[in-house]
Amino acid sequence: MGEEKSTGTRLTGSEILWATLAAEGVTEVFGYPGGAILPVYDALRKFPIRHILVRHEQGASHMADGYARASGKVGVAIATSGPGATNLVTGIATAMLDSIPMLCITGQVSSKALGTDAFQEVDITGITLPVTKQNYMVTRPEDVASTIRKAMQVARSGRPGPVLVDFTKDAQQASALFDFEAAAPDAYRPHPMLGFEDESILKAAEMIRSAKRPVILAGHGIIQSGAREQVLALVERLQIPVATTLLGLGGFPASHPLALGMMGMHGEAWVNHAIQQSDLLIACGMRFDDRVTGSLSTYAVNAKKIHIEIDPAEINKNVKVDVALIGDLAEVLEQLLPHLSPRNTGKSEWLTEIDATKGDCAVKDIQNLPDTGHLYAAHVMHDLWHATDGKAIVATDVGQHQMWEAQYYKHEDPRTLITSGGLGTMGFALPAGIGAKVACPEKEVWIIAGDGGFQMTASELSTIAQENLDINIAIVNNGYLGMVRQWQEFFYDKNYQSSPILSPDFAKLAEAHGISGATVRTRTEAVEAIKTARAHKGPFLINFLVEKEDSVYPMIPAGSALHEMIRRPEKNPLIETAQDV
Amino acid sequence: MLLTFVAIVEDKPGVLTRVASLFRRLNVNIVSLTVGRSEKNGVSRMTIVSDASPTAGHRIMASLYKLEDVLQVDDVSAHSSVTRELALIKVAATPKTRSHIFELAEVFRARIVDLAPESLMIEITGVESKIEGLIQVLNESEDRILEVSRTGKMVMRRGQHTSRVLDAMRVPLKESEVETVSPDDDAIVDEEAKLPQ
Ligand SMILES: Cc1ncc(C[n+]2csc(CCOP(=O)(O)OP(=O)(O)O)c2C)c(N)n1
Ligand SMILES: [Mg+2]
Repeated sequence: MGEEKSTGTRLTGSEILWATLAAEGVTEVFGYPGGAILPVYDALRKFPIRHILVRHEQGASHMADGYARASGKVGVAIATSGPGATNLVTGIATAMLDSIPMLCITGQVSSKALGTDAFQEVDITGITLPVTKQNYMVTRPEDVASTIRKAMQVARSGRPGPVLVDFTKDAQQASALFDFEAAAPDAYRPHPMLGFEDESILKAAEMIRSAKRPVILAGHGIIQSGAREQVLALVERLQIPVATTLLGLGGFPASHPLALGMMGMHGEAWVNHAIQQSDLLIACGMRFDDRVTGSLSTYAVNAKKIHIEIDPAEINKNVKVDVALIGDLAEVLEQLLPHLSPRNTGKSEWLTEIDATKGDCAVKDIQNLPDTGHLYAAHVMHDLWHATDGKAIVATDVGQHQMWEAQYYKHEDPRTLITSGGLGTMGFALPAGIGAKVACPEKEVWIIAGDGGFQMTASELSTIAQENLDINIAIVNNGYLGMVRQWQEFFYDKNYQSSPILSPDFAKLAEAHGISGATVRTRTEAVEAIKTARAHKGPFLINFLVEKEDSVYPMIPAGSALHEMIRRPEKNPLIETAQDV
Repeated sequence: MLLTFVAIVEDKPGVLTRVASLFRRLNVNIVSLTVGRSEKNGVSRMTIVSDASPTAGHRIMASLYKLEDVLQVDDVSAHSSVTRELALIKVAATPKTRSHIFELAEVFRARIVDLAPESLMIEITGVESKIEGLIQVLNESEDRILEVSRTGKMVMRRGQHTSRVLDAMRVPLKESEVETVSPDDDAIVDEEAKLPQ
């Protein structure tokens, strides 16, 4: 890479880094300085790039991730060598599991000191090898531009993912000629196993036409590929209901009459029933994760399966499919749609049947329930959804509140739910929400975190204050590591070992950061506080003290069949469904 | 089941780690792995023999292709191909006991490549079973094997499919190169059939 050309401007490796990032369209980066990256920080002032100082490098990688999820652009995180680099790792793994385009830049000791256990030396390319799409080490300034450009290309192409570039200090300091154009990578080489026979399209079309009980499984691919229009066309042409994965939420409008809601472990009963009863599953950009299939041997046994997916390694991995259309979802659907003509035969038996299951699921508007004086997390989600019209960007953490959000906050638009699906990383919401707000300053952003997860990265409150970001934070405070408590309740004889958790007074904690806050105990206060937070210019934190021992229903125990759900006990007054017509 | 892949990869530091790490991640055991230069500059060729379920082949191949440094992958398990392994075997032998090892080596078409007062070294090339055959015979005749070094399998498809890289580079094959079967090669196969097992 990077033969030194006779053209270009002479710059230091650090300057080349910033110049290349700027020319690649990067306008914001998240980072934390240290010895081995100081030359890079020193050069920053000459370039039109905003640097957001984080409080912990995990925050930088989650912010870059949230930035990428909200905007579709590559998020950039920077850290120093050694502990700075290792602190990024959880965020990198989070991005890897959810296919998020991200670029991490780490400082490294000088090339001459490599391998000597020099101060703050760590083999970060070795450490991140299995959790990056690709990583590189740069030891010469003349390789900086070409490596960064290649890294950006890898991060955003095909199935996106995080890329790390480790940058030795001598390469940051030495100079070379910079020529952005000459550093362009070779054309992207698509995965050679992409593609399919024309026959497969015809076969898929025939299967779709003849299916009596089809269901579309909408995954993250809809958002990543920008295939909303094509999926809508497929759905409306043949009146096919749509079940969504956690990461697919927002990909398809929740208010659409054919939207069923989230599938899987905490999916609504009618969604999972529809999947189990279907005769054709059309999987669109999803990977049959164990959290959505339950036990594989009992998964949709009567359904044929069509899998439209960009990653050939996902085909037949968990679920054996009848037709695989390997490629970009939007492009594949463009090829499929001409073979499917609109069918308008009124409401099919299948849809009527699904509607009936919906009715059986004790459909009641949560608002109409008598006020017991208790505040449930579901109320909070519902009220947030209601107040924001389902249009805010919501970053959730991991746990019960994440599932309640997925059930009750009905996302209308792509890139409005920012959540760690694959890795399930607690501590994600606060930094990821910050990243989303930086990416979309004009959008309303809500961070929803549990009392446990919030404390994992709570130091980033200080970042919000320093950057004066207009973000709203909702802490769903149940005094427990709620999801752990729920598993202990169901599967460990209510032995609540190490799941009760003490928290600081979150409103006061916010106040200590110069951030306004409120504590809420009742439904009425909740609605008021949400209104106040929305009207408030600048950050606002609400500590919602909710029912402590509530559980997320329905629940499919890990490894059980999709229809073997644990339902909410009858005597509990709270309804279990997000249906809200 | 043994699955054999030939991977054409960029000759860069860390590529071997990436490939090995991938198999580890997929929880697939590598039985043998050989790496060396290929016919193209800057490009290495690996033969990876792995022990995996028969259905894992697609996923392994697709996952290998996801590595940026991997250019070509061929699942050669099911194709007609030539497989060879090289072994160096050091056997304890004095001038008195040497001669019967010389005979053995001849039968197995192996060569003696080093001779010392207390030992000798045999070089043998062939399919796995041939090498194992020699080792077994040595053991049975109570010759003491001091050291064994084996390369692991190298595999190349027979005939026109042999070099996908050349195809990819659009180097036209000469008529005469297409569909050839090396007479030597067949001779070896025939000889192997006659070997004591
Ligand atoms: C980093 C990390 N550690 C541990 C877990 C396991 N875990 C999953 S949910 C959960 C409890 C989360 O508690 P809280 O943040 O209070 O949210 P709640 O479930 O109460 O809504 C835990 C510990 C995890 N997902 N991530
Ligand atoms: Mg909690």
